[in-house]
Amino acid sequence: MIELVSEERCTGCNICVAICPTNVFDAVPASIPTIARQSDCQTCFMCEAYCPEDALYVAPDADETVAVDEPRLVARDLLGSYRSALGWTKTGRPRALSDAMHKLVKSF
Amino acid sequence: MAQDTGRSSPSAAVELDADVLVLGGGPAGAWAAVAAARAGATVVLADKGFCGTSGATAPSGTSVWYVPPDETRRRAAIESRRALGGHLADDRWSRRVLDATFDGMNELAERGYPFPRDEETGSSIRVSLQGPEYMRLMRKLAKSAGVRILDHSPALELLVGPDGAAAGARGVRRQKGDDWTVRAGAVVIATGGCAFLSRALGTNVLTGDGHLMAAEIGAEFSGMEFSNAYGLSPAFSSVTKSAFYKWATFTDEAGDAIPGAASQGGRSVIARALEKGPVFGRLDKADESIRRAMRASQPNFFLPFDRRGLDPFNDRFAITLRLEGTVRGTGGLRIVDDSCATTVPGLYAAGDAATRELICGGFTGGGSHNAAWAISSGRWAGAGAAEFSRGRARAGDLQAAGGAALADGGGAAFDPAAAIHAVQAQTFSFQTNYFRHPDRLTLALERLDEQWRTMRRGVPASREDVVRAREAAAMTAVARWMYRSGLARDETRGMHRREDRPGTDESLRRHLFTSGLDEVQTRFGGALAQTEEVAA
Ligand SMILES: Cc1cc2nc3c(=O)[nH]c(=O)nc-3n(C[C@H](O)[C@H](O)[C@H](O)COP(=O)(O)OP(=O)(O)OC[C@H]3O[C@@H](n4cnc5c(N)ncnc54)[C@H](O)[C@@H]3O)c2cc1C
Ligand code: SF4
Ligand code: SF4
Repeated sequence: MIELVSEERCTGCNICVAICPTNVFDAVPASIPTIARQSDCQTCFMCEAYCPEDALYVAPDADETVAVDEPRLVARDLLGSYRSALGWTKTGRPRALSDAMHKLVKSF
Repeated sequence: MAQDTGRSSPSAAVELDADVLVLGGGPAGAWAAVAAARAGATVVLADKGFCGTSGATAPSGTSVWYVPPDETRRRAAIESRRALGGHLADDRWSRRVLDATFDGMNELAERGYPFPRDEETGSSIRVSLQGPEYMRLMRKLAKSAGVRILDHSPALELLVGPDGAAAGARGVRRQKGDDWTVRAGAVVIATGGCAFLSRALGTNVLTGDGHLMAAEIGAEFSGMEFSNAYGLSPAFSSVTKSAFYKWATFTDEAGDAIPGAASQGGRSVIARALEKGPVFGRLDKADESIRRAMRASQPNFFLPFDRRGLDPFNDRFAITLRLEGTVRGTGGLRIVDDSCATTVPGLYAAGDAATRELICGGFTGGGSHNAAWAISSGRWAGAGAAEFSRGRARAGDLQAAGGAALADGGGAAFDPAAAIHAVQAQTFSFQTNYFRHPDRLTLALERLDEQWRTMRRGVPASREDVVRAREAAAMTAVARWMYRSGLARDETRGMHRREDRPGTDESLRRHLFTSGLDEVQTRFGGALAQTEEVAA
């Protein structure tokens, strides 16, 4: 589930508010969004893919909340790791270009 | 049905007129909207979440049933699933879908989808779509076709005209706290399947809302007994990408291999083992080149492991089966013609909201058929709805057709959270849903019927609660159709397994139709056409 909106990184662009399919965030005037309905989070990681500042962290735990520590996440290079895996960064190359499902499908 | 609950449609903050209204903005809805707009219709698309990130495809990605028009390969593609699907698929439909999917995928390439290239021949490979990339492009295509998109705007109920035909819908704008109404010449239901809020990847927006809305104006379903797909995931995780578990060894608590356990063809063994205790997986059968291909193809498969500090190829991790219901099952709204019309005039169905038995029978639509169906049925439904709308006189009062949680039944309000919990107890259960037995299905139905009666007697839910209340009602209705069909199909076929009837009954090689809300009816369709090789 979503566990972190980094105060340090977030610019308050509200993209995550707009794109979260289950409406987990609330926009806050002149501030950064809040995680308003955490239990509605479906752990789909889409907000991380869309956040231009790599300010969000979705823990992999789907059914319960876990404590996270921002400096540790940064140290482990986890903030922004999904966006960069998709190639959705400025210098990135779309991940779809290296999609090798055809090799795996053959062996299904 | 409309007649007993019809209320005139109240005024709303957003009132729009359109030729075609599409409900749902996953691949099926997006393709439908684009097709309708290209046919000259004005189109509004309303999504519960955000068109581009919402639904089962966006976070997951899909392999696609993409087969070049080579007779040998096409025939082999159709044959390979025939027996698995319990001989319920239709060759003509399979061929139509292969044609339309081929065309649709090639269009995606033209529109800039970054398909990979074969390292040796340099030719473009088009058998898989990365969800985020694909759905971001579909949103763009819909917008540039002139489709008006309403995000965060769940539909609550359909509107019907004096002629009984679908004529629009109304819903809420949940981030604005107000309502929308769209009057339309035809409606496409593309709200996806129903996975009962199991948190399987991308599925928590899929609660059967479109099924309920359609049933309220009299639509019929087909194949609702094929509704017990479960996806494999690490126990802690939402990522139900089961395909890679082909390379897994499954073990019990003591570390001993579980005989017969497998992702394909041995998933029921895993379910049985999970009833007794924890089950562990490890992808130790994947060699180095397969591991590399997996990483390159499916970054989100590895997210849960990387974040937990697990190495899925070497570490043992607890696994579970999450219900994916009709998403990777095959039942849904019955289709009556080539334009994906339902049994109600003006109402069309596309994607997982519709039955996929026409191309995969009673075996899972996941793993390529569903994605192909979303593209093809979306295009047909959009064009069909545009055509219907063109020929239709637009006049008269529209009635809002919703019942449970919307119309005053004179009773007390129900608590959506408790109702959802109660349906989940009846549908997640392997004993009731995976391994079916008439005694257990009947018991579940008694509870679900009682819950339905409470919902029908309820007073309208408050604005804060109305979306959840309708979701609870839809899930309850879907579960009742599933289990009534499960009782009626007195045999084992496709994914529907009946413990008391382990064999297949040749006289039941027919589709099974379900309808009704307060009283659920089931009936078998006619004998199916002979298949190509039998006829040949
Ligand atoms: C993990 C996973 C992996 C999969 N892999 C494959 C694969 O490899 N190959 C394959 O063929 N298939 C696969 N599938 C299935 C495939 O994802 C679906 O068949 C496909 O997404 C169906 O498209 P759709 O547009 O019908 O529904 P969805 O993509 O689910 O979209 C439905 C949309 O309707 C919206 N909606 C719901 N209710 C309402 C309402 N009341 N009002 C307005 N909008 C509403 C939702 O927000 C959503 O955007 C997979 C599914 C899962 C869960
Ligand atoms: S998308 Fe990222 S930067 Fe924008 S508001 Fe959300 S967290 Fe902040
Ligand atoms: S993981 Fe998905 S559901 Fe959860 S907050 Fe992010 S976008 Fe929303």
